[in-house]
Amino acid sequence: MIGALITREVRRALGGAAWLPLIFFLIVAALVPFAVGPDARLLGRIGGGALWIAALTAALLPIERLVEPDRADGVLDQLALRGVADETIAAAKIAGHWLAFGPLLLLAALPGSLLLGLDAAALGRALASLAIGTPGLAALAVAVAALTAGLPRAGALAGLLLLPLAVPLLIFGAAGSGGDGGSALMLEGAMSLLLVAGAPFVAGAAIRAART
Amino acid sequence: MSLLAFEQVGCVRGGRLLFEGLDLVLQQGEAMQVIGPNGSGKSSLLRLAAGLLTPSAGRIDHGATLALADEALALDRERTLRDALDLWARMDGGEARLAETLEAFGLARLAAVPVRLLSTGQLRRARLARVAASGAALWLLDEPLNGLDADGSGRLEAVVAAHRAAGGAVLAASHVPLGGRWRELVLAR
Repeated sequence: MIGALITREVRRALGGAAWLPLIFFLIVAALVPFAVGPDARLLGRIGGGALWIAALTAALLPIERLVEPDRADGVLDQLALRGVADETIAAAKIAGHWLAFGPLLLLAALPGSLLLGLDAAALGRALASLAIGTPGLAALAVAVAALTAGLPRAGALAGLLLLPLAVPLLIFGAAGSGGDGGSALMLEGAMSLLLVAGAPFVAGAAIRAART
Repeated sequence: MSLLAFEQVGCVRGGRLLFEGLDLVLQQGEAMQVIGPNGSGKSSLLRLAAGLLTPSAGRIDHGATLALADEALALDRERTLRDALDLWARMDGGEARLAETLEAFGLARLAAVPVRLLSTGQLRRARLARVAASGAALWLLDEPLNGLDADGSGRLEAVVAAHRAAGGAVLAASHVPLGGRWRELVLAR
């Protein structure tokens, strides 16, 4: 059953505009050299962090379609009637959202690293830190989407909620994609794991609270 | 055994008391129509019966599985009608019933059409088909005749009669008379 829900999430994401966050990601990455100048050494040093900023802003775009359409259309109610726990719905949404967002973002990081002039070693580190961080980012996006579902101006509110909460992930992720590798990646992994483990309960409680 | 029993149930929405001390028992084969003016709590009563709301007082007992057709459609717009209904039918173990249910509501020739292209009346039939295909013993229908033409309401009447003959029960909120014989529950303000 949870398999059917995950499949539905992936299909909905890919059938919609899954490429939109990726284009956004690449545009933000392309803006950095314009902002700081074409100095290759400087770009190489800040490139990993810049990719992370691009990933964070790209993660904001899909939030509005993660939970609110299903709430408004009664899908969440129908699932509850069938005894599906709200936490299970949230977990399926996190898994489905990551499947449609994470791998494509890693793919977009390849041209992104070219725009920022990262060398092969730096690209490897950036990909590793994005691969570890995106599940946490997906979990955070679903939790924030559930918390803001049905509120007026939910999109702007979601940004205000998600970006501060993503700061720990950003710190360790950017550090991991920079020079000092190992330990930062492990802390980033711990952070990502914490978000993936906690978000279904936050999102589940938010879905329940929004049911009137 | 009763399929649904309300005992001294009260309902408060948004700080406003809608009704209190409500008793209701629905046996196998029974159909009950909830009537009352706009805002008297007909839809809230159905959501209470579905377990989506908790009553402010009293208790609600369920004797069977239930299915709800409320204002929300709960069908994926981009998928074909058959696939969108199939998602729910699979969860209810009712895939085998889906084809005959589509036929019963006159939707069979639309099965391959994406949900977003269907007309309002066709969507109304589809939400009733979702309930009919579920195989649940208790059907909760919110304004089932809304948006249905004469053919549609005739088909609904036939489906409800067959469901009751098979031992099922129906609780419907409607401000217009429904076809067939219904017990009436009046919610006054």
